[in-house]
Amino acid sequence: MEADAAKLIGAGIACIGMGGAGVGVGTLFGHYLAGAIRNPAAADGQFPRLIFGFAVTEALGIFSLLIALLLLYAV
Amino acid sequence: MEETAAADKFDPIHQFGIIPIFDLGTIGGVHIAFTNSALFMAIAVILISSLLIVGTSSRALVPGRIQSLAEISYEFVANMLRESAGKEGMRFFPFVFSLFMFVLFLNVLGLFPYFFTVTSHIVITATLAIAVILTVIIYGFYRNGLKFLGLFVPQGVPGFLTPLVVLIEVLSFLSRPLSLSVRLFANMLAGHITLKVFASFILMLSAYGFVGWIGAILPFGMTVALTALEVLVAFLQAYVFAILTSMYLNDAIHPSH
Repeated sequence: MEADAAKLIGAGIACIGMGGAGVGVGTLFGHYLAGAIRNPAAADGQFPRLIFGFAVTEALGIFSLLIALLLLYAV
Repeated sequence: MEETAAADKFDPIHQFGIIPIFDLGTIGGVHIAFTNSALFMAIAVILISSLLIVGTSSRALVPGRIQSLAEISYEFVANMLRESAGKEGMRFFPFVFSLFMFVLFLNVLGLFPYFFTVTSHIVITATLAIAVILTVIIYGFYRNGLKFLGLFVPQGVPGFLTPLVVLIEVLSFLSRPLSLSVRLFANMLAGHITLKVFASFILMLSAYGFVGWIGAILPFGMTVALTALEVLVAFLQAYVFAILTSMYLNDAIHPSH
């Protein structure tokens, strides 16, 4: 296999990791919304925690995107 | 061969190029130049300073438009810092406020067509993240002494699990500067690449005459929608950067969980 082709396939495989982050972020916001509908008064107070969880979860997806970008443009 | 020429023309990476504007000579064998990156950082600093200076100069009881903008941004960061790092964390307010405004203005400035996105370079975001983490480490040891290391030993963990938990805590602490810098950089980079890829679809389709123009409506609508999303991301990433900074500072102030 040519090295260029392997690079592109590798970048594509690396993007699978973002699916996991997608599941995580979806779960996060879904549960936040469910909680916020049950108790709207408490929702605003938990918003910073939601964003913190979002940031930490998203970081993992961003890492795999970074690997894909590195494979495409830097390697 | 024509295809590669077209691909070069629509290169989505081209926008991130650093162009020297004027040379400042060499210091210690390193070439120093005033680049477009430095220019946009200077513009952001000038904009932030003028917003806050003009906004607070009148000090009206009923604030005008610019004054309420300055007050809202102050209140926003102050509340965020007070909630996550407590009253003692407020001594870091100037630091966190500067970081938030700097990152926010750089992100938003980068959204204008032909403007340079400074935060899409890992050098800039890594420098900011290292400044944050060094502040946390130095202030943590300065304030708590060796008790700062208690950060790595959560309470209520069974004895035989402690070495494993300490290892995980140390690893998660070490990955903080990495994730803090890469999150901002990769978000801005990926967002701008996506924008440019969809924008180049418009050009490619419009090369096919009238039918192409009709088809180009789709990627054009997508570009507009993505721009709206990028405005949200620009604000959200500045907020995330500031709130993570205040949470890390909270660790330095109250190291025992």
